[in-house]
Amino acid sequence: MAKYLLLKHYRGAPASVNDAPMEQWTPAEISAHVQYMHDFAARLGETGEFVDSQALAPSGTFVRYDGEGRPPVTDGPFAETKDLIAGWMVIDVDSYERAVELAGELSAAPGAGGRPIHEWLELRPFLGAAPLITE
Amino acid sequence: MTPPVDEALLRSLTPHVLGILVRRGAGFAAAEDAVQDALVEAVRVWPGGLPRDPKAWLVTVAWRRFLDTTRADAARRRREDVAEEEPAPGPAPGVDDTLQLYFLCAHPSLTPSSAVALTLRAVGGLTTRQIAQAYLVPEATMAQRISRAKRTVSGVRLDRPGDVATVLRVLYLVFNEGYSGDVDLAAEAVRLTRQLAAAIDHPEVAGLLALMLLHHARRATRTAPDGSLVPLGEQDRGRWDTGMIAEGVGILQAALARDRLGEFQAQAAIAALHADAPTAGETDWVQIVEWYDELTRLTDSPVVRLNRAVAVGEADGPRAGLTALAAVDAAVPRHTAAAAHLHERAGDLATAARLYAEAARKAPNLAERDHLTRQAARLNARCR
Repeated sequence: MAKYLLLKHYRGAPASVNDAPMEQWTPAEISAHVQYMHDFAARLGETGEFVDSQALAPSGTFVRYDGEGRPPVTDGPFAETKDLIAGWMVIDVDSYERAVELAGELSAAPGAGGRPIHEWLELRPFLGAAPLITE
Repeated sequence: MTPPVDEALLRSLTPHVLGILVRRGAGFAAAEDAVQDALVEAVRVWPGGLPRDPKAWLVTVAWRRFLDTTRADAARRRREDVAEEEPAPGPAPGVDDTLQLYFLCAHPSLTPSSAVALTLRAVGGLTTRQIAQAYLVPEATMAQRISRAKRTVSGVRLDRPGDVATVLRVLYLVFNEGYSGDVDLAAEAVRLTRQLAAAIDHPEVAGLLALMLLHHARRATRTAPDGSLVPLGEQDRGRWDTGMIAEGVGILQAALARDRLGEFQAQAAIAALHADAPTAGETDWVQIVEWYDELTRLTDSPVVRLNRAVAVGEADGPRAGLTALAAVDAAVPRHTAAAAHLHERAGDLATAARLYAEAARKAPNLAERDHLTRQAARLNARCR
């Protein structure tokens, strides 16, 4: 088994095919989308491939150490930040091919007009523990 | 099939058993561990037959466990400092034991998250695993949080009354966490507050219990089958739990009659006025605004002033509501959502749609974000 992170971006990914902001959809289209996401996670739960899923607020703060005895420096949020993560799903699957298949399914979630969003999701393998047997 | 163990019974006995061990001379931390072990043992053994006196059974098992652990520790340290014989059972425990545990678990030296975890375990009788699941953290993390909390309060003496206000804040936090995982924290908070109200005669304890009951009574109608939020004005009032509302109103009236008003009684009074309206349109908003004025006097909280502005919008019209809202700090959570709502009622749908979309971006949780996005979508569809 191998774990993969499916990353959804607010910004930074190539534009989706069906690229309309959600508040421009109809309420019924929003409901259909939310239902699709629920069903997708529930199905992965049943196949034993679901690990975790979380959404993130669209703005955050950059923080860094500023030396002994001083409070950390904070900066941002930066409107010009190129990459902004919206949320993730972690899956635990048998192969890279299965991970790609599932990411493709998630990207097919319905959006405006009830048509698939074709959203670009970023698929990132976890660096796990070293195996016991290496030869 | 063996019957499942009555978890409610086990949990209601937990603080009494713990109180008895502490009164017999066990330290709080060690006693609490021993009681947890006894609870686990009860879940294993009781399906084979409920003991005649479940509390005595738990006390016996917990005390033995405590002695075993203490002996092992003592042997390890090559010293003996605890009497080995089991003492005669103490006098029947009073409610006081339970009350002291509430104070200890909400001790001001604890952080809110530690106080919540310790209360749920030592007073509520939940296992560390259940608490961890409810708060979506790994079990080891929750175990660590609890054991640190126990160390923090280990020097606190149990012989003086604590501060009821800190206990109420902890119970309020638990209630607001609602439902996640397999433990219903809202129901657990109601149970613990009910138990507290039985142990201490205090109008704000009654006020918090009434507030919880009045909100809990509406719970089934707060979400649609698809999980989306249903606002108060659109809830199916026929499905509100009238028995629970009646109980909450009765408790509140008895508390208010004592003329020692506090913030929980005032919040419960507002909840009672909502519960009392047969339809959303018949809500007595004028009285609700008066209660918000009382709350502002009691707490001076910007969140209360925000809610008051929304109530003013219902009582005196959306323009008056927007004027009241303009005096509230715009950084207060849900300010933008309140503005969107008032603009919609004032008939400015385009502004309302824009503000709903902006409020969705600031929403503190997914359910509210989806709800606000839907509101924006609904208005955008009408504007097209």
